[in-house]
Amino acid sequence: MQFSESWLRNLCNPPLTTEVLCHTLTMAGLEVEECRSASADFSNVVVGRILTAEKHPDADKLKLCSVDTGAGGILQIVCGAPNAAAGLLVPCAMVGAKLPGIEIKKARVRGIESFGMLCSARELGLSDDQGGLLVLPADAPPGMDVRQYLDLDDKLLTLKLTPNRADCLSLVGIAREVAALTGAPLTLPRIGPVAAVHDETRAVVLDAPAACPRYCGRIVRGVNAQAPTPDWMKQRIERCGVRSISALVDVTNYVMLELGQPLHAFDDAQLAGAIHVRYPQPGEQLLLLNEQTVTPTADTPLIADEAKPLALAGIMGGEHSGISEMTTDLFLESAFFAPDAIAGKARALGFSSDSSYRYERGVDFELQRQAIERATQLIIEICGGRPGPVVEAVASAQLPARTPVCLRMDRAAKVLGIALSTDQIEKLISGLGFSYRHEADQLLVTPPSHRFDIAIEEDLIEEIARLHGYDNIPALPPVARTAMMPVSETSRTPMQLRRLAAARDYHEVVTYSFVDAARERDFAAVARPIVLANPIASQMSVMRSTLIGGLIDTLVTNRKRQTERVRIFELGRCFLREPAGTPVAGFAQPLRLAGLAAGLAAPEQWGLPSRKIDFYDVKADVEALLAPRRAEFQRIEHPALHPGRCANVNLDGRSIGVVGELHPRWVQKYELGSAPVVFELEANALLATPFSAYEEVSRFPAVVRDLALVIAQEQVAEPVLSALRAIAPAIVQEIILFDVYHGKNLGEMKKSLAFHIVMQDTERTLEEAEVDSAIALLLTVAQEKFGASLR
Amino acid sequence: MDTLDQLVSSAVSDFAAATESARLEDAKARYLGKEGALTVLLKGLGKLPADERKVAGAAINLAKERIESALVARREALKNAQLETQLAAEALDVTLPGRGMPRGSLHPVTRSLERIEALFRSIGFEVADGPEIETDWHNFTALNTPENHPARSMHDTFYLRDEEGRVAEDVLLRTHTSPVQIRTMLAHAERHKHLDRLPELRVICPGRVYRVDSDATHSPMFHQVEGLWIGEQVSFADLKGVVADFLRRFFESDDLKVRFRPSFFPFTEPSAEIDVAFMSGPLEGRWLEIAGCGMVHPNVLRFGGFDPEKYTGFAFGMGPDRLTMLRYSIPDLRLFFEGDLRFLSQFH
Repeated sequence: MQFSESWLRNLCNPPLTTEVLCHTLTMAGLEVEECRSASADFSNVVVGRILTAEKHPDADKLKLCSVDTGAGGILQIVCGAPNAAAGLLVPCAMVGAKLPGIEIKKARVRGIESFGMLCSARELGLSDDQGGLLVLPADAPPGMDVRQYLDLDDKLLTLKLTPNRADCLSLVGIAREVAALTGAPLTLPRIGPVAAVHDETRAVVLDAPAACPRYCGRIVRGVNAQAPTPDWMKQRIERCGVRSISALVDVTNYVMLELGQPLHAFDDAQLAGAIHVRYPQPGEQLLLLNEQTVTPTADTPLIADEAKPLALAGIMGGEHSGISEMTTDLFLESAFFAPDAIAGKARALGFSSDSSYRYERGVDFELQRQAIERATQLIIEICGGRPGPVVEAVASAQLPARTPVCLRMDRAAKVLGIALSTDQIEKLISGLGFSYRHEADQLLVTPPSHRFDIAIEEDLIEEIARLHGYDNIPALPPVARTAMMPVSETSRTPMQLRRLAAARDYHEVVTYSFVDAARERDFAAVARPIVLANPIASQMSVMRSTLIGGLIDTLVTNRKRQTERVRIFELGRCFLREPAGTPVAGFAQPLRLAGLAAGLAAPEQWGLPSRKIDFYDVKADVEALLAPRRAEFQRIEHPALHPGRCANVNLDGRSIGVVGELHPRWVQKYELGSAPVVFELEANALLATPFSAYEEVSRFPAVVRDLALVIAQEQVAEPVLSALRAIAPAIVQEIILFDVYHGKNLGEMKKSLAFHIVMQDTERTLEEAEVDSAIALLLTVAQEKFGASLR
Repeated sequence: MDTLDQLVSSAVSDFAAATESARLEDAKARYLGKEGALTVLLKGLGKLPADERKVAGAAINLAKERIESALVARREALKNAQLETQLAAEALDVTLPGRGMPRGSLHPVTRSLERIEALFRSIGFEVADGPEIETDWHNFTALNTPENHPARSMHDTFYLRDEEGRVAEDVLLRTHTSPVQIRTMLAHAERHKHLDRLPELRVICPGRVYRVDSDATHSPMFHQVEGLWIGEQVSFADLKGVVADFLRRFFESDDLKVRFRPSFFPFTEPSAEIDVAFMSGPLEGRWLEIAGCGMVHPNVLRFGGFDPEKYTGFAFGMGPDRLTMLRYSIPDLRLFFEGDLRFLSQFH
């Protein structure tokens, strides 16, 4: 809500500077978002009366004027404006005046001295009007500062109103608040009934009384729709950010800005019979003032006559029934529409109006008659016309109720943490114009009709706190009974997990949870993803079911910026359809940790041979994240990954993720050059970690034997290792796969796996025989299960 | 016994002349070996008369000790010299960079969240988490946000389509972390339902939230931290105390100015916006809006399973993205979500 400070001060004028006034409003919850001057800066410009304007002897387009500047005397000024003429009152910039961009000096123009400059609106920065000198009204006193005469030192204040304070969507409303905050008196406009001079009326029928419990209408005949809007009114509404359109429209807007009551003026000649406030018939259409044709939904109240719909109630008028320059007879509407009936309707049609904005937040339901009288009074003043009587239709039972709200003193003290006296509280409450009565240790407060936000005790407590001043409530260190919080050793926090990933040279990224549908197709083979109903862009239109897409996009971004070696991870949620999902049915939302490594295995350095990252580098990272638990890796097919170079990660027999090289198809499509290696793991699996258990440390020597097995080329290592570990007798502490060898000397399609077998006992030194038998056992298993032979 | 003294000094100078151990051992043989000068002298003792033999023997032995100790000293010196040569040869260019892998980094917002969690943990707040696809009930209804409230409009909230392509009415992307309040309150009330008095609930809920908005200061996805404290004695003055304390600790600035300004949120009453002003730096003296807060609305307490007559509480919601931008002077919110490593690697 933008408004003019001087208009406000007309209604309530506290002895505060603009700055202090703004601060007072802000600290009372009416945040002043902006405060700017109503006009550009200029100085030393006064009202001047052109006494004579004669042609310059040496220039056809220049005039030589003598100008009465009051106390400044009569000045000789050369002027180029075509409209300069004797008798006009115009702004006159004196020698020394500062205008936007120029300073006025004594000058010699084509041989004749000029002592100032006559100004256009454009030269003063008031408008873009290029139509010559700004002509001031005939009552402008020569010599008066133009800023003062035009009230240009006025400030435009913009309030960022919260949705509960619809009562401040008018000058009177803001003035009421300023009066309550500062104690300055409130001077409201004098509004009396305008006597009817004829008895013509239109009946009003409330067919939807819940949506419209009060409707005032009045016919005004014989208005001059072409009368100009007076400057003072034009200036006020324009300073509230409303464009001047015509006197009749301006009056309705003026009253809305002044009192907060939206009004509508119909061309009475276009109306047929009684006015109805009703819901639409199926398929009923209406062409609106904004040239949009709408088919209102069944719950959108309409204003209609007996033949046709006229307007969307409280939202916007219809094109055909609106006033025009040709209108002579008006039908004025001043109604109360219930917030619930209007809320969301304009938005659903894709626009908002000043009227719907106010109605959906709550308009004073006792204001309608006053507003129609105010508008009639102004219309007759400006456009003439003969008013008829006001017709008021009311459904009293449907009007909002204002029931007393109980306020307990001790409750206020408990919530706020300070005890205010009953006196203090009463003073604050009555300052707001709320009526109240005592009942034991409590007040029964009845809020006024303009407040829609006072329904419970807390609402009153908030009012008290607000008026008392939040600054005057102390900031106290809280007092609490405390207990230690559990610190589990069998779980890690997500923060610890992130630190672990960072320690292994991954940089954390945060990518959007919504991605391009193509990412889901490419990296998760999801054909029917979870789609956003209202995405901000098509590349952010579906919920991700994998973090891989975001990582690849981040890789692409970095490659574009010439960063070749990229190691990144993200800890975030993925989203999958899951009928039995919890906690929100229909969806699984697992937290996952995913990583990507691309480019060189280590940063280029003198001490290490440079090589590209590969599967085993990243597998080691995965193993480190899981340590001390040991996962099993199994080759699988995955839509994102190279079929020969990707593995399922199994922990305790359950798949918890994948690791693998990106499929060459995507390397090519995303122009990645070399293949990145990625992993994606369920965070839950990573967050659990076993409790450390003590095992005796042996004081006896360890024996290490090597076992080199020759097996089929296609035999993968993990089952062999697992089988050896499973069968190994207790003395075997560790089995380390230390060499993998492929060579023709092993035979066709064979390879060799070599293991260190570390053996030790905690009770004694091992005997040669038991070491031999342990190795023999391992060999036997390898032979039987995998057809292995000793190398 | 001039000859003995001469012998000793000749041995010492022979040893000194030997610059490697083989030579030294040769020199040793000349004096102490089987045919060595000293050995010969010792062998000749038997030929002396008994009274002279004792005196001469002592003198020879003394000379022998002196030669031996000269030998040991020389051997040690040669060994040291050899070691020094070896060490000199082994010297490295210690100024060459170290070998191996560098360290990665945490996202700057994560760093802030980590500090926020630690600060609140230090006064007994637990950390809770909630779903990002959320029910309409948790995100709005239970937070006292009636239908048709401006905050529910299609312009602010991301909605999802169901499998038939219709706009799903009952789920959405959470627009704030406040629904975690409801989930936590319900779980707390349920867990302690056998008690006459519910223990205090202190919790913060960090996470990602979503709104239909995108420019230099708005991202369609951003972070929020919700805080909640419910008890029998929790007041607005406590809220001011906790939040002001937190902000001063977070920014490590005791002279940070904090102000509370009346505002409106459907789920708190009284409600406040929190502004801070730094006393130094580029933003000195400007009020910056940093968080929203208030006393938990009685309807919200009821939805969460708490009796509002018995319990009061406060809640706050702040943007760690904005806190992070202020803390590290980061000018553009979009940097957080681009993943440019040159930006990210600045935060460890």
